[in-house]
Amino acid sequence: MISFSPTEEQQMIVSMVKQFAGDEMRKIYRECDESGEIPDNVIDTAWKIGLISNNIPEEYGGFGGEHSAITGSLIAEELAWGDLSMAIHILCPALFSYPILEMGTETQRKKYLPLVCDEKYKAVTAALIEPHFDFDPYSLLTVAQLESNEYVLNGDKCYVPLAAEADYLLVYAAENGSSQGFIVEKGTKGLEIGERENNMGIKALSTYELSLKNCRVPKENRLGGPDGCDFNRIMNCSRVALSAMAVGVAKAAFEYSRDYAKERIAFGEPIASRQAIAFMLAEMAIEIDATRLMTWEAAWKLDRKEEATKEASLVKSYADDMAIMVTDRAVQILGGHGYVREHPVELWLRNGRGFFTFNGMAIV
Amino acid sequence: MIDFEPTPEQQEGIRAAHEAAKELFRPVSRYYDEHEHESPKELIDKTWSRRNDMAFSVGLDPAAALRIEELCWGDAGLYLCIPGPALGGAAVFSSGTKDQVGHFLGSFNEGGPKWGAMAMTEPHAGSDTAAITATAVRDGDEWIINGEKIFVTMGKRALEDSDGFVVVWATVDKAAGRAGMKSFVVPAGTPGMKVEKLEKKLGIRASDTATIIFDNCRIPFDNILGNPEVKKTETKGFRGAMATFDATRPIIAAQAIGVGRAALDFVKETLEDKGIKIRYGTPRQKLTALEQDIMEMEANYKAAKLLTLRALWMMSQAQPNSLESSMAKTKAGLAVTKITQKAVEIMGPLGYSRKHLLEKWMRDGKINDIFEGTGQINMLVTARRVLNYSRDQLK
Repeated sequence: MISFSPTEEQQMIVSMVKQFAGDEMRKIYRECDESGEIPDNVIDTAWKIGLISNNIPEEYGGFGGEHSAITGSLIAEELAWGDLSMAIHILCPALFSYPILEMGTETQRKKYLPLVCDEKYKAVTAALIEPHFDFDPYSLLTVAQLESNEYVLNGDKCYVPLAAEADYLLVYAAENGSSQGFIVEKGTKGLEIGERENNMGIKALSTYELSLKNCRVPKENRLGGPDGCDFNRIMNCSRVALSAMAVGVAKAAFEYSRDYAKERIAFGEPIASRQAIAFMLAEMAIEIDATRLMTWEAAWKLDRKEEATKEASLVKSYADDMAIMVTDRAVQILGGHGYVREHPVELWLRNGRGFFTFNGMAIV
Repeated sequence: MIDFEPTPEQQEGIRAAHEAAKELFRPVSRYYDEHEHESPKELIDKTWSRRNDMAFSVGLDPAAALRIEELCWGDAGLYLCIPGPALGGAAVFSSGTKDQVGHFLGSFNEGGPKWGAMAMTEPHAGSDTAAITATAVRDGDEWIINGEKIFVTMGKRALEDSDGFVVVWATVDKAAGRAGMKSFVVPAGTPGMKVEKLEKKLGIRASDTATIIFDNCRIPFDNILGNPEVKKTETKGFRGAMATFDATRPIIAAQAIGVGRAALDFVKETLEDKGIKIRYGTPRQKLTALEQDIMEMEANYKAAKLLTLRALWMMSQAQPNSLESSMAKTKAGLAVTKITQKAVEIMGPLGYSRKHLLEKWMRDGKINDIFEGTGQINMLVTARRVLNYSRDQLK
């Protein structure tokens, strides 16, 4: 039956995350953007909510809740509303653990899932994006070749969140032309983590380039073992997560510029009382809501284990455009004040611009 | 629980609506586009005799939107010809008493086909509905109505071709402004009411759009919907009109979505025949311009549809939905305009030719960006709601 109402449990977790985002993230996000650092205690506080371990079965040390893409979308939106850098950082371990949870072999699940059920936040991550303009997750230049009992990985990756801190990385590479995941342990010979990247936005998040030079991993480290993984589903889960985050960032920018427009007086009236501004805000609100609903629909399909490539890629593309439209308008509504770093909208514009690029950097 | 799947029963209704669209609407679609003001008698009789079929059941819930989408996928003009109380019924439902609902809508279950219509717009008052000049003056047990109404959808069929009715908006006290605005049910055949002319239109030509003149037209006192008293501080009558819009705007949005999907389906089928597949999931820099266009059209269709389903879902949950209704209508009007115009462009000579229905859908679709509040009016309503502004704060 068609319904737009999250379950009580979902509403509860959303309100918890919302409160965290408001109380903790919103207090320090500007500072973090300037310094490029996120205080450990904020990450730890978020970790204690159990956003990831909730979804891991008890036998692997988790709380045994249902792993749901809809719940994941609701959480991702709220966290990104707080701050995108911190949101990606907090949810980064999911990049490694969710594909293993869904597609890993029993041995992989037993070995790696407990890592994300620890009381303390531990970085594990995934490497997908490659440093060339026509990057395509379905034709990766990083290759994996089976040589007796080992896979040999070669290639370059970028935008790998927390690569330097991570104990394990899930590296995606082309194996006979199809994208597969390979678990690479920190310190493996041939894995070289580069300098921390310096990007236009998400500046508080530490991301890295890395290269794989004849990097050998045991055959068992192929995600899903001999069956491999459903890479398309991983991409769809990522598209949904990033769409939800785009909604969160856009919502932050919308709310701020709406409130500003109601307070800023020009020619004796709030600028919001002019249609030029009011209609911009109305359209922003419409597109944010539309994108959220499309995100939910794609997530709903994922939860039903249905093929969702069409829905997920349509909403991702729509969300990419929506995020830049909304954050740009937020800057525009604040005018000169939007351009200075005293107000947050320029930060959201920088972050919002990135969604075209952020492939596989978050997952539900 | 967030869910996008209609119940099995609802799915049956949607499927039935699709079949009806294919069998009853599509085959005569072009004919009635080219024979404006000719009545699709066979279609009217068939839909009337099948009025209790799931395909044509009315309602204000998400499944109703999905049925309307299918019917308008068939033909948006012919959809409006389906006998029933339509917008007039919506007004009676939202502002009338239980007795009035029974009295005015009861006859829609018996006899020959009949229609309800709503008369709001006047030559000099379109979106500014508070500026209407038609008057209703009490005379003992009657109201005397005077004025001219235009753009009355299905006005002729309601009043001349059947014993239907029209809901007329008129002021009982001009000095009272919005507070003086009331709605009245005028049954077909009431002396003093005349269908003056029918518009010739860009699209939805199968549906009649009438001018109605009220010249000392007398109706029983009880035909007023809502409270007859005028209180300066109360604008219930006007609010009644606005409440009607909360219900009807998502319905118009659903119509828009149906036309949009017809165009999308046509384009996609044509491309498929040529072996062109849309590569969902391919990075944008690798997509062809054509693929990008199609994906944008599809996303807009989805966006409009989901906003519409949400607005109606809220209505079915008895939640206030003015904002969501206007959002849905705004987006759907824009989406259908964009989708159909782009489809005509993409299909080149096939799109522009009257050999196919695509050019017709572009003409038909546009009305959804205009009636029940233009895109701009709905944007204004949306803006006021998101800003929490009154009409005086945001003009």
